Amino acid sequence: MYARMLVLRFPKEIVDKPIVTNLVRNYNLSFNILKAQIYPRKEGLMVMELRGNRKDYERGLQYLKDIGVIVESIAQGIRRDEEKCYQCGACTAVCPTGALHIKRPEMEVLFDSERCSACELCVKTCPARAMIVLFDQKMTLEV
Amino acid sequence: MAAVSKTYEEINERIRKGQAVVLTAEEMTRLVKKVGPEKAAKEVDVVTTGTFAPMCSSGVFINFGHTQPPIKAAKVWLNDVPAYAGLAAVDIYLGATEPAFDDPLNKVHPGTFEYGGGHVIHDLVSGKPVRLRAEAYGTDCYPNRHVEMTVTLQDLPYAVLCNPRNAYQNYNCAVNLSKKTIYTYMGTLKPRLGNANYSTSGELSPLLNDPHYRTLGLGTRIFLGGAQGYIVWHGSQHRPDAPRLPNGIPRMPSGTLMVLGDLKEMSPRWLMGVSIQGYGCSLAVGIGVPIPILDAEMATYTGISDSEIVTQVKDYSFNQAEPLAEVTYEELRSGCIRIGEKEVPTVPLSSVVRAREIAGILKRWIEEGRFELGVPQKLLPNPLRPARAS
Repeated sequence: MYARMLVLRFPKEIVDKPIVTNLVRNYNLSFNILKAQIYPRKEGLMVMELRGNRKDYERGLQYLKDIGVIVESIAQGIRRDEEKCYQCGACTAVCPTGALHIKRPEMEVLFDSERCSACELCVKTCPARAMIVLFDQKMTLEV
Repeated sequence: MAAVSKTYEEINERIRKGQAVVLTAEEMTRLVKKVGPEKAAKEVDVVTTGTFAPMCSSGVFINFGHTQPPIKAAKVWLNDVPAYAGLAAVDIYLGATEPAFDDPLNKVHPGTFEYGGGHVIHDLVSGKPVRLRAEAYGTDCYPNRHVEMTVTLQDLPYAVLCNPRNAYQNYNCAVNLSKKTIYTYMGTLKPRLGNANYSTSGELSPLLNDPHYRTLGLGTRIFLGGAQGYIVWHGSQHRPDAPRLPNGIPRMPSGTLMVLGDLKEMSPRWLMGVSIQGYGCSLAVGIGVPIPILDAEMATYTGISDSEIVTQVKDYSFNQAEPLAEVTYEELRSGCIRIGEKEVPTVPLSSVVRAREIAGILKRWIEEGRFELGVPQKLLPNPLRPARAS
């Protein structure tokens, strides 16, 4: 079984298409949508975990790209400013997936973007404001 | 074998000769467990400690220099953050928790408090230009009523970090018994014991390595904000009479430090402006205190480990006044504590990684002869300090 957390960006021409249904029906994939948003100019943004066998996953991804969906990994949209992060651990109180976690006994605070669901709870919880989310901004600034 | 007894002067002489043996508090804990306090006291001269966490009772005295024509500033803002100007003409005090004058605060709860006094201090030590605005009512000798200028730390004639309460000796572990998330100075607390937040560097923490303040007082030289600073007094809310374990460790918040140092020598890495959701702005301060190993008793104190330090678990939702449990720092650092029937994940707010780095820097300074011990002229108050045979 293969699984990846993806950020999908939909141009306005296809934002109303049943794309996720097609992923399930035609490519035998399962999904878990963590975030979905349509912006004022009708572009869509979805954060989704896609799961299936490797071959189906690759074919599903190709389908998304063919119809014009821009596929990014979470790491491209959310990252940690290592200069600002002072390794306290306050973020681990709210991180629902364990993407932000503590390595013991060293007590280092680690960020594993593969496990991030882009909930953004850490952004305002971090006292140093070290967590940076870019994909919402990108969506409203570009196009 | 005669009992070990060293003086500050003897240790400083060894530091000057580059012969002092210095260990961090973590290294000392391992050594004392291995060879015992007598032998450790013989081998080791100084143990270095460290802590890095938001410390709200912090701020900076600034003199921004006389203007032409002169002003007796009555109200002053630095990057729109109000400073206290009820001092002489161009003397002010900027507190770490002061929000920008137009901050929306908690009007939409929880507020985010993006910029405040702590951030101004961080910008100053980063060398960034800061906008200074002053208003006055005007006098014959100070006719100017309004000043606006851009200043940098380098331009300011005087800037002294002076924190009335830092480096708390132990602190509560905070939980939330209510049914909704609360936003506190101890971080975000999820409902029904969702998490337990604590903020002490445990066995690395300065005042937990000299629980009765035998070596700490006015004149103790310390690492402060990346530079050399001083303990100048006991801090506000210093409470030496808190209940203690037989090893001297207070079981709840107890001693505190008032510290002082030249802001111009400090570094932005060790003075960070912070925004605590729903609570306010603050300043994360790096402090490291060297503990001289005068005798075996000091070796015993600095040999303390997280399993021998406890604190109280307190409800921050005002549902229960009594502590819910007493836990060790070893349990807190394991990632989970048990409260009644419930396993509660623990969350640190004090950076152990940075505390360890501070203890390491201070160790290096002393080893290289760049940092001598300051002899305290007046110890922090403690009516319970055990009498010593001398």
